[in-house]
Amino acid sequence: MSNPQMVMYDEEFKQINAVIEKLLREANSKVIFLVDKNGQLITGVGETERFDTTSLASLTAGNIAATGGLAKLIGEKEFSILFHEGEKDNLHISIVGGRVILVVLFDNRSSLGLVRLRVKKASEELTTIFARLMQKAEEKEKSGDTDFPFAEITDDDIDNLFS
Amino acid sequence: MSFINYASREINCKIVYYGPGLCGKTTNLQFVYQKTAPEAKGKMISLATETERTLFFDFLPLALGEIRGFKTRFHLYTVPGQVFYDASRKLILKGVDGVVFVADSQEERMDANIESIENLRINLSEQGYDLDKIPYVIQYNKRDLPNVVSIEELRKELNPTNIPDFEACATTGEGVFETLKAVAKLILIDLKKGK
Repeated sequence: MSNPQMVMYDEEFKQINAVIEKLLREANSKVIFLVDKNGQLITGVGETERFDTTSLASLTAGNIAATGGLAKLIGEKEFSILFHEGEKDNLHISIVGGRVILVVLFDNRSSLGLVRLRVKKASEELTTIFARLMQKAEEKEKSGDTDFPFAEITDDDIDNLFS
Repeated sequence: MSFINYASREINCKIVYYGPGLCGKTTNLQFVYQKTAPEAKGKMISLATETERTLFFDFLPLALGEIRGFKTRFHLYTVPGQVFYDASRKLILKGVDGVVFVADSQEERMDANIESIENLRINLSEQGYDLDKIPYVIQYNKRDLPNVVSIEELRKELNPTNIPDFEACATTGEGVFETLKAVAKLILIDLKKGK
């Protein structure tokens, strides 16, 4: 398969949230999301309740996929940073560690320069955490110690979902 | 690929509706959206042209309920069916967990169905997937129209491997949920097997 299974554990989830909460403060931003390249929301901090986070995640991934397609057409591997400027709010979108998308929403209380600077530092930390997470998931899968919730589901469990 | 979050106890899966232009992929999603309780669905997003032809994709998030304490969410996507949007179709197939092929039962769309299913196979293989190995169902849509091809012939042309298939009329909703349930079930069984 082109992409290994994406898994998130408690320990890394906390570490990741700590990094993006710090980024939220240091970059003076309003909301920060982390999205899987397939469009699944991983986590978000800040004023998340004001936004439709699921839609935001899906459209961000679509956006990254479309610009990635454009990049390949002109001979680039990908465009690792996208910036969308609005009247009040702006979006800074960047790819972290090759497979996760970091979305920073900010207004005029911050600036593109500050966001870029802080994102760069946070990206390095996030890359390390995600690399460790992937390794951990791989090791758990190999050893068979997955505590995978679906390993023992029955047909009845599945049918009940649709009743 | 599905995303398993042990921290928030959620499993997210991606289903893609594929098929030739105007076969009813968006209509399938619209019906699911209309008939789903508000608490179980998110906003439906359609990136379409002014004439309501899908330009990039439609998106509908569904929360089906819990299995063993894990919230099970399905993200439904459609692709743009028109032939020249192939680059976009490829992008939407990334990370897919299950595919619904929506066939247009009308006689004059038979060639378009065959072309689209071949296109699906090629685009999946470019992403490293094998259509014969992933959760996959077929829906024969527009059964209410007068000029439709017989089910036997549709099966012969589009479903040689005898995967689950369903007759449907997406505008009235007939067969829509049957199709969705079938692919969702295949995905969950696949997840179970995978571990």
